[in-house]
Amino acid sequence: MLEQSYYDKADEIINQHGTEQRFLIPIIQDIQNHYRYLPPELLSYVAKRLGINEAKAYSVATFYENFSFEAKGKYVIRVCDGTACHVRKSTAILDQIYKETGLGKGKHTTEDMLFTLETVSCLGACGLAPVLTVNDVVHAAMTPEKVHELFEELKGAENK
Amino acid sequence: MDYITIDSKKVPIEGEKNVLSLIRKAGIDLPTFCYHSELSIYGACRMCVVEDDRGRIFASCSEQPRPGMVIRTNTKRIQNYRKLIIELLLASHCRDCTVCHKNGMCELQSLAYKVGVHNVRFPNTKEQKPLDMSSPSIVIDPNKCILCGDCVRTCDEIQGVGAINFAFRGSNTQVMPAFNKKMSETDCVGCGQCAAVCPTAAISIKSNVTAVWDLIEDKNIRVVAQIAPAVRIAVGDHFNIPKGENSFGKLVAALRIMGFDQIYDTNFAADITVLEESAEFAKRLESGENMPLFTSCCPGWVKYCENKYPEFAKNISTCRSPQGMFSAIIKEYYKEQDEKEGKQTVVVSIMPCTAKKGEILREDNFTDGRQDTDYVLTTTEIIRMTKEMGIQFDKIEGESADMPFSLASGGGAIFGATGGVTEAVLRHLSAKKDFQTLQDISLVGVRGEDGIKEATVDFNGRELHIAVVNGLANAGKLLDKMKAGEASYDFVEVMACKRGCIMGGGQPGPAGPRTKKRRMEGIYRVDASSNIRSSDENPAVAALYEGFLKGKEHKLLHRNLHE
Repeated sequence: MLEQSYYDKADEIINQHGTEQRFLIPIIQDIQNHYRYLPPELLSYVAKRLGINEAKAYSVATFYENFSFEAKGKYVIRVCDGTACHVRKSTAILDQIYKETGLGKGKHTTEDMLFTLETVSCLGACGLAPVLTVNDVVHAAMTPEKVHELFEELKGAENK
Repeated sequence: MDYITIDSKKVPIEGEKNVLSLIRKAGIDLPTFCYHSELSIYGACRMCVVEDDRGRIFASCSEQPRPGMVIRTNTKRIQNYRKLIIELLLASHCRDCTVCHKNGMCELQSLAYKVGVHNVRFPNTKEQKPLDMSSPSIVIDPNKCILCGDCVRTCDEIQGVGAINFAFRGSNTQVMPAFNKKMSETDCVGCGQCAAVCPTAAISIKSNVTAVWDLIEDKNIRVVAQIAPAVRIAVGDHFNIPKGENSFGKLVAALRIMGFDQIYDTNFAADITVLEESAEFAKRLESGENMPLFTSCCPGWVKYCENKYPEFAKNISTCRSPQGMFSAIIKEYYKEQDEKEGKQTVVVSIMPCTAKKGEILREDNFTDGRQDTDYVLTTTEIIRMTKEMGIQFDKIEGESADMPFSLASGGGAIFGATGGVTEAVLRHLSAKKDFQTLQDISLVGVRGEDGIKEATVDFNGRELHIAVVNGLANAGKLLDKMKAGEASYDFVEVMACKRGCIMGGGQPGPAGPRTKKRRMEGIYRVDASSNIRSSDENPAVAALYEGFLKGKEHKLLHRNLHE
């Protein structure tokens, strides 16, 4: 069980959309935007309010990579590893981020809940390759050095 | 008349919704995994692909017939397609066929043989996933799943439960409950319809065969069997006996050969259920409390009602199911004898139902804290035991079951079909029992395959409104209507499985439309050939009430809801 405030927030979002079954995705998107992840309890709660069985709601939420049942860090970093970025050495970018954050394969969020790292197949900005985003802000033509500077800046902002 | 041409044969379109139906009408048994006439069309397995005269290849199950279509069902190109599809399915499928309990009954196996796949070129790169054994009724083995979705659609569309669905996507897709919970933590009612439609052993009945063999082997144990109404018309399916034929005598003989000590007929207990439930109904009708009365024979339905409509739980009859009543009676009956002989009596019930495996574990079905039914074997499991022992079921002579608990009325027999409980209760409540009266009762509208049947009958000058439901999704519809005040009844019978127990999750498959029809007819033939038609005319039941059962009716026949 989550705190009551979570359910109140979910109710608020549901009321904005309505309780028709077709609103499942927009509702859970809004919940995810608000909490930066989709609390599993809230998916079950929304399913119940919309009259969708839990297994079906889970099916929808797991079909889309975008939904995450795990709490994400304050900064969500998406590194593009699509064809264009890959040939322009996005692997080196990724390695540098691993070094900066201590994350790796199978570990996506730092313990201090500051950074979450995701690799995506294309950000639709191949001309800026290799590219990454930090909370949807685009950082173009990245190099390992620029990644280092970026993290200095982000960590510095936190330590102030 | 509009026609389409199938393999140079002209086939008239007579309202068929898809090309596949027409192909089957033309006498060609096109293979399918995901097509079931009672489910929505899914088009996932691609086995039913055909080619038209323009060289276009499409799945015939999801294509509407258009006049003038010319299709071929077995060109070289299609043969190769089907072979490749099967080969790819097999590539990511567990291939331990020889030790799989679906061996010989697996549709994937038989189709691989049919289309001629002799070699699988691709290694299985999927990681092995753990089995889910948490449900008392079914076992889930994700490693054997081919993602046809039959279970998902059955659970959702027919049963309205929706305990399982697809999760994740692409090569990671897996059928599972929400959040990969254990089946026992979901709303699963144990009806086993998912196992009945599963073409492989991805969902199968949880078997108690080994445990029962162990009991039979133990000389200090008295193994008592009871045989449910719907078992007798399906158990012969795997032994070349015509579909729907009553094989009760043969089954009794087979059980004796196996070593069961006493064999009784659950129809007898169904007669007792009729008397108890009718009495309860009359009482509630008078007091007006907890009306309408819901039947309680079907454990799938009881669980569904408790899970999804808890506000109606008080309407469910307090009567135990025939299985529950009977096991309690048997245990009580042998109590003294057991003490004298230093034996222990166990009850093994033979049922068409997987949910019964869960029912016996419910504490409200216990007597003084004792579990009355020790094991439930489904029809499928009893067929397995017969085969294991090599009993030539079709050749053995029929025998009669043991007294004193085997004399039963036709009213008890029809419990196996939807509407049967209601009809038996109506027979009992009717003052007259002549042939014409019984005929009239059979025609009030409780028989037949419709999902929701309604009838109005006259009882002591009062109109009784009755609903007979089969398929839990239909029950949900009915309860929603009742909740909204759009419908009201006095008596509601619900059977979780479509057509009732004859199509229970424990019955042998595959069972197509013809088998379903034969089973239904078979049940009513058992009734028609009974000497006694109404439960209250059963002298063995009357004798039991007068003697042994006196003063113990409530303890043995009703659920202990207050303990």
